Amino acid sequence: MTITTTNPERSDDALVTIDKETVAKVAKLARIKITEAEQEKFAGELTGIMNWIEQLSEVDTDGVEPLTSVVDVTLHQRKDEITDGDIRDKVLSNAPEAQEGFFVVPKVVE
Amino acid sequence: MAELIKGETGAWEVVLGLEIHCQVTSNAKLFSGAATEFGAAPNSQVSFVDAAMPGMLPVINEYCVEQAVRTGLGLNAKINLTSVFERKNYFYADLPQGYQISQQEIPVVGEGEIEIDLADGSTKMIGIERLHLEQDAGKSLHDQHPSKSFVDLNRSGTALMEIVSKPDMRSSEEVVAYVNKIRAIVRYLGTCDGNMDEGSMRADVNVSVRKPGDELGTRCEIKNMNSVRFIQQAIEYEARRQIEIIENGGKVDQETRLFDTSTGETRTMRSKEDAHDYRYFPDPDLLPLVLDQKWVDNINDNLPELPDAKKHRFIGDFGMSHYDASVLVADKPRAEYFEQVVEGRNPKLAVTWVTTELMGALNKADKDISESPVSAKQLGGLVSLIEDDTISGRIAKDVFAEMFETGKDADTIVEKKGLKQVTDTGAIEAIVDEVLKENPDMVEQYKSGKDKLFGFFVGQVMKKSQGKANPAMVNQLLKSKLS
Repeated sequence: MTITTTNPERSDDALVTIDKETVAKVAKLARIKITEAEQEKFAGELTGIMNWIEQLSEVDTDGVEPLTSVVDVTLHQRKDEITDGDIRDKVLSNAPEAQEGFFVVPKVVE
Repeated sequence: MAELIKGETGAWEVVLGLEIHCQVTSNAKLFSGAATEFGAAPNSQVSFVDAAMPGMLPVINEYCVEQAVRTGLGLNAKINLTSVFERKNYFYADLPQGYQISQQEIPVVGEGEIEIDLADGSTKMIGIERLHLEQDAGKSLHDQHPSKSFVDLNRSGTALMEIVSKPDMRSSEEVVAYVNKIRAIVRYLGTCDGNMDEGSMRADVNVSVRKPGDELGTRCEIKNMNSVRFIQQAIEYEARRQIEIIENGGKVDQETRLFDTSTGETRTMRSKEDAHDYRYFPDPDLLPLVLDQKWVDNINDNLPELPDAKKHRFIGDFGMSHYDASVLVADKPRAEYFEQVVEGRNPKLAVTWVTTELMGALNKADKDISESPVSAKQLGGLVSLIEDDTISGRIAKDVFAEMFETGKDADTIVEKKGLKQVTDTGAIEAIVDEVLKENPDMVEQYKSGKDKLFGFFVGQVMKKSQGKANPAMVNQLLKSKLS
């Protein structure tokens, strides 16, 4: 992925440039089909978004722990008990195709 | 003990590292309340979380966290009191979320090390890089339909511990010893059943080759190995393949390969070009996992005795060889069986009867020690009979064979068949006299210097007593009578 920082000292120039190739790669990884023209368009939009976010780097965060929640909570844990499942038909109800209790999909073999 | 492979251009060293996936023996999944039992009807153990229905949120199973920590402590590893769950993004039909919840930057367990036992009785330390918790994917069946794949999500979301080794192994033998030791450790801890057939333990093997002393070569990863024998075959094939490429002036490509069990060869699964770009990032649905040092210490204080500790205790307490000790501790039920047999008895006899006689008979009958027709208590009874001279070691073998077949106690068999060793001096003396009387020529020859005939007399006495005469007493009496 090529994200180039043109000027670390922030000026009015764009700091980050997302090029067409990067857009194409991200789209492929996300399995989203986009046209050449759209690649151009999204490259511009994403560059804008990245630069807007880039403003955050102006803040000095040295020695500050990452904030994981705005309220003081810890990860909630669950007991090792079977409380769910056994709902095969519900799980399969939105599947485009199902057979003998399985989801059925186009053949995928690596 | 690096085992070098001879190539056209000299000796090569093979460098091996492993990623072992161990399914946690939990009732419910890592982030949902669905069951994990093996072999259930398709999609019957799937919650909306496991099926990745929109809006469903993961809630971590505390038991799985505890098992990961216990395993980490069993690997003598550092426990990270804060660890972070991340999303590993990729698309596949049996991964409904489109990502696997795993740990990348900060795993729950950091570096550790374990000792492996090699066939020549030596040991080697192998470094552990990390252990992290992650979700398993579902299962795809490709052979049910010509153009469709069938997907079962029962396994989706099951908790896995991925144990990553350092590239410290140098031969397939070391890898096998490592896999066996990891399996023994998780079984002793009860954190994973270690069952490779059912897929609850699987390994990815990283293989590279180099000239001894050189930098590490380019590695290939052989995915999803579920048998120790196949791991060994795959490594041997893959090392040869890489050496051949380099010696013919080529370059090894870093890639993921599959082992084909029918041909014994490895082949490309995906090359670097379409290698996955997983785009890990912290899972916004899960806060960092924060553990309390006291809670960790408490787990540590309550760990069972692990294979290596047991092995060193056996060597120290019973004076047994490193090899015998490693064979006994390799399997927890086997070690427990031995400890029952040896309790208050002669350790040497106990070792021989468990490792040679019992394990030999079990192997022949293709049985596991848990299915042994002779219980530890019964085998202990037999050893006691040998120890107190009730029967000789030779007769004991016959008694054991009958015990193995009928499941009866040694006492009962010895009593019923009248196999008690004769230790009455008078009775043995009578037989000795008889033998000497029947073989005057031999006695003559022996006395004129043919020492080797002594064995003949012993044999005759034993035969006449139907193997029941105490061999030491026979020796003693013969010696005094023939001198």
